[in-house]
Amino acid sequence: MFKGKFIDNLPKIYGTYTGGFIVFIILMAIAEQAGMSAKLIGIFFVAFTVLIYALIGYLSRTMQTDAYYVAGRQVPTVFNGMATAADWMSGASFVAMAGGIYFKGYGYMALLVGWTGGYVLVASLLAPYLRKFGCYTVPDFIGTRYGGNLARLSAVIVLTVASFTYVTAQINATGTIASVALDIDFKIAVYVGLASILMCSMLGGMRAVTWTQVAQYIVLIIAYLLPVFWISNKMGAGVFPHFMLADEVARIAELEAQFGLGEVKNSAADLKQVPKGLAGITKAHAEVNTTPWKFISLAVCMMAGTASLPHVMMRYFTTPSVKAARRSVGWSLFFIFLLYSSAPMLATLSKLSLMDPNLATGIIGKSIAEVQAIDWYQNWNQANLMFVSDFNGNGTLELNEFFMGGKAVVLATPEIAGLPYVISGLVAAGGMAAAMSTADGLVLAISNALSHDIYYKMINPRAETAKRLIVARVLLVLIGFAGATIAALEIQGILGSVIWAFDFAMSGLFFPLVLGVWWKRANAQGAVAGMLGGLAAGTAYLIWTRTTGQTFLDITQLTFGIVGSTVSFVLMVVVSLLTKAPDAATQRMVDEVRIPSGKAILGKQH
Amino acid sequence: MSFWVMFRLLTYREGKKMSKQQQHWEKTRMLLFITLAIWFVFSIGIFIFGAEMEASTIRPLGYPLSYYMTCQGSLGIFVILIFWFANRQEKIDEEFGYTEREDD
Repeated sequence: MFKGKFIDNLPKIYGTYTGGFIVFIILMAIAEQAGMSAKLIGIFFVAFTVLIYALIGYLSRTMQTDAYYVAGRQVPTVFNGMATAADWMSGASFVAMAGGIYFKGYGYMALLVGWTGGYVLVASLLAPYLRKFGCYTVPDFIGTRYGGNLARLSAVIVLTVASFTYVTAQINATGTIASVALDIDFKIAVYVGLASILMCSMLGGMRAVTWTQVAQYIVLIIAYLLPVFWISNKMGAGVFPHFMLADEVARIAELEAQFGLGEVKNSAADLKQVPKGLAGITKAHAEVNTTPWKFISLAVCMMAGTASLPHVMMRYFTTPSVKAARRSVGWSLFFIFLLYSSAPMLATLSKLSLMDPNLATGIIGKSIAEVQAIDWYQNWNQANLMFVSDFNGNGTLELNEFFMGGKAVVLATPEIAGLPYVISGLVAAGGMAAAMSTADGLVLAISNALSHDIYYKMINPRAETAKRLIVARVLLVLIGFAGATIAALEIQGILGSVIWAFDFAMSGLFFPLVLGVWWKRANAQGAVAGMLGGLAAGTAYLIWTRTTGQTFLDITQLTFGIVGSTVSFVLMVVVSLLTKAPDAATQRMVDEVRIPSGKAILGKQH
Repeated sequence: MSFWVMFRLLTYREGKKMSKQQQHWEKTRMLLFITLAIWFVFSIGIFIFGAEMEASTIRPLGYPLSYYMTCQGSLGIFVILIFWFANRQEKIDEEFGYTEREDD
């Protein structure tokens, strides 16, 4: 069926895969009509997709270092774009983002701007140059550009702190979805999630992760867009929601005024009844509700963090050329844009379907007893994601008496809007794909840094290929288990820890990476001071603001990267200028990195 | 005499090669500044004026301008900006003969 090389057949292979997945969705829809239970549909969706990813992971197994670390540097631009989009969009983007927009409106949408704007920095400042360098990992670049094991080790430390903070949240998300869809205990589900993640990455490293991520992107984007378009059309809101929801946005503002948004404040005693993690609508949907500085500082942190997160950067090491790396960033952002521009639309549709009394699904203004009798309300109330209570005792559900969990916007809206259950099963599979793909990228980034930069470059430079790859795999499993163990403790929420990861990465790596390419005078002493000083300053500020509750210049625990990266920048410049300039060989190396043609700095196999 | 000519030739070629690379880098930096300026406007600049955008009579597709820019406008501009940047950079690389061979 597929003649010739695997790479040449990619469009055919993934075309067939997409077709097969759509056939699977249709089969499930037919099975639902024939009376298959909702539970079984959920299990089929999650189990079927995860098995496919595991199969791809198995077929991509390899024993070559360049295939294991950088997928053999032959991933075409568009496919690398898809893989990066999946790598990038985590459980937070898929499950939590629309919910955040639903509850917090404009102030929250700084994340949308930040998580897309960062790619402009990736494309213009870093990705093409790091690709030219020919490194396997981000610390590999730092270590070679600045020279010395200390610089390399510092980069590994920052990478590990940032990526590990991120990965526990993703394993947590896979666990949550697996526990709901497969109906098992969360503590066990976390390890089921971990097993699925490891199956994708262990045998084939970056090569396996690349091809599973493409498959995961296809599942997650279908799972996100299909319900948005379906609900919009069902409600008569518009054939193409992105361009046609202006009336709905205006209608929400009208209803907010009608239901007296913000006029009635719930008392502390009333709020005590509300289960933990649920929130009511307290902010206007489309109004500017935050100060410019708060909006901009959050966006800036997310942008600089994007450019410093190693699991994203290393995806651009897999393209065949520098030119391809540059274009590939554009494709990545395009594929991300498809989902990100849909999240506010989903939030709008979800909110309107609950609020508008003219719609059959609207519940605000109905009697409490009536709402409590609705099937979907009972389901999601049981899942601890929805809650109503008659605070003022008038028997009617008021806007301030309805509470929902952030995840419910994505997970429950299809059911609320009256879509068949097959869509809910699809959404669960999409969430699983999003969380798994990011977790895979992160676990691989950490274990590759430890196996390549610490073990091979520092401890045992004479290790044979086979031994290096065994060490890499053992570390992968260990890091996965460590992540799952911490995830099972459920310390932080998904979104909070994701934002922290960006701030950590920005604090320690942004300036050492950027100045490594753009400032020849930057040297090892400066870089080490910048990385460790930045990380320490950022962490200290985070601890200070969390324990004392005070803030400096309105920099919150979500934007502590501003403090970290400022310290990092100052230290790096001052220490670099106070110490000796890099030697001629290093300067020549930087010159060489700045032009696309010619040999890579580091060899194909190193 | 011939020694001097050879010396001149070598340094001349060396000097020219350096200046070619410097020119390339100069143009690359210029492009970076333009790209970052556009990026700055749409990621930071306009959000200084959130309230003004909200009150504006410019309403793309009927959405309030502030809402539109956060959920589609800026995002879409970033996508276009990266492709534009990639094209310009490729042209610069071509101009100075720094394009990679396809079979690399």
